[in-house]
Amino acid sequence: MAVRERLSGNEAVAYAIRQINPDVMPAFPITPSTEIPQYVANYIANGEIDTEFIPVESEHSSMSAAVGASAAGARALTATSSCGLALMWEELYVAASNRLPLVLALVNRALSGPININADHSDSMGARDSGWIQIYAESNQEAYDNFLQAYPIAEHKDVMLPVMICQDGFITSHGVENILLEEDEKVRAFVGERNPEHYLLNPEETLAVGPYAVSSYYMETKRGQRQAMINARRVILEVAERFREMTGREYGFFEAYRMEDAEYAVVLIGSAAGTCKAAIEQIRSTTGKKVGLVKIRVFRPFPEEEIAAALADVKAVAILDRSEMFSATGGPLGAEVRAALYQARGRAEAVNYFYGLGGRDITVEDFCQVYERLERIAAEHEITDMYDYIGLRSR
Amino acid sequence: MKKSLEIRWHGRGGQGAKTAALLLADVAFKAGKFVQGFPEYGPERMGAPITAYNRISEEPVTVHSNIYSPDYVVVVDDGLLENTDVTHGLKEDGAVIINTEKEKEEVLPLLHDYKGAVYTLNAKDISLKTLGKNYPNSPMLAAVVAVSGAMEPGTFMKEMEASFHHKFAKKPEVIDGNMKALEMTFAEIAKSC
Repeated sequence: MAVRERLSGNEAVAYAIRQINPDVMPAFPITPSTEIPQYVANYIANGEIDTEFIPVESEHSSMSAAVGASAAGARALTATSSCGLALMWEELYVAASNRLPLVLALVNRALSGPININADHSDSMGARDSGWIQIYAESNQEAYDNFLQAYPIAEHKDVMLPVMICQDGFITSHGVENILLEEDEKVRAFVGERNPEHYLLNPEETLAVGPYAVSSYYMETKRGQRQAMINARRVILEVAERFREMTGREYGFFEAYRMEDAEYAVVLIGSAAGTCKAAIEQIRSTTGKKVGLVKIRVFRPFPEEEIAAALADVKAVAILDRSEMFSATGGPLGAEVRAALYQARGRAEAVNYFYGLGGRDITVEDFCQVYERLERIAAEHEITDMYDYIGLRSR
Repeated sequence: MKKSLEIRWHGRGGQGAKTAALLLADVAFKAGKFVQGFPEYGPERMGAPITAYNRISEEPVTVHSNIYSPDYVVVVDDGLLENTDVTHGLKEDGAVIINTEKEKEEVLPLLHDYKGAVYTLNAKDISLKTLGKNYPNSPMLAAVVAVSGAMEPGTFMKEMEASFHHKFAKKPEVIDGNMKALEMTFAEIAKSC
């Protein structure tokens, strides 16, 4: 039987780490992810797990040490946020291109500047091209559930890629909510042990990790990484199915909420999905208008065809980005979803709004207004503000 | 109690408003509710005004925004009344609960003509009498439960006692004082109804 609890998102991820008992965790503290290594260090000090904790002097080193441990054959992880992730930039690419199945617990926080400690996705969205699988959570429950699925995805022989498990800083990381926790033995059986095919500490097989690749090899390694991402699509769904068998909780590339008959849809990532769901229930019960939500869980690999199919019958869609990319057009999610719609010859009117930058709040009322705008756009077949903001002050 | 309650806490960094919100979430969870308890951080420094929030509901709660139209507001430091519109958005069928050594009449002019119920509680006095120290959290927690009816007082007392036994396993001498603080608060709130 699952255990009913109330935990913050950081507590939930630390609890998952305790249950998995990974081999090596190098970490350097940064708000709002600091609590994760702090709780894990407590578990280690209390003798509950035997993870080797390595306090390091920077995130450049924490990711380097995780890369080294993973290459050696260990199950490794670290946690960070914001500028900490930025300092890992080089190693993120090293981890992915060396096909190291380590896991990063990322607590999303705005990148400087101005310096800001609150939630947005500029940190992980900046790392979207680094070759990592990225999985996002709406709630503490999802942060926990996603973390339990991370190693089975990462370590699958057809994948062998690092996985970033993302949750929104403070909103879920420091917010206490009800949660269902699985039993230790069930989690351990689900996650299993890492049995690396090739690893540095294998005396039977000498191996080099991270050597120079001349032009005649480099491109093939990139093709290999892409294949791993293609394979990850299948493996992510297989692991989700096994997870459903264990817990009854269903996961896919995204959650299609009230989309079966939706005419107006929002697409977004993360904790704001829960607020959007409350708006959907309010609108549907008071006006009967058919509104829905596509909440992206897996951003890398990007589920292009599936998203286009989910949006095939809507009249208008608003894609909401919680990070900038300064293309002077829209944000990263907007660009990718609109590309998916184009490929599928989608007919929906599509707009791309920024929200929640640096922790700017978004409310049920804000979502109600988004749906009203979509209705007008669909009625008039004219988009006056292709790119806009939610909650931006006029001065 | 209503099917779902929204509560906003006003305090200063280091005074325990966040801790009180998390404690309320804790005890409401134990009473079988769906809960949220979360802080809103501004600049991280002692003494800066901070806000914390609770949602307590019979149904799962998915909303992840701050609370703008709370059912109840708790003010842990009456010094905030001068500069903060603590009753902003507060429902008129709700109430504001203020920790203050002042008489109610003295704080009313600072509440921007709020039409709903106003409760004042001298949590410092209760805390000094029962614990010998100024820990306003337990009285303020009891006050919000007493005023809001977020859970049955009996359930609340039982869960708080269990939680004190756990929290103060190495200092059992403070458990009685804490329980007395809760009882005194319930009596005070009953008087001011």
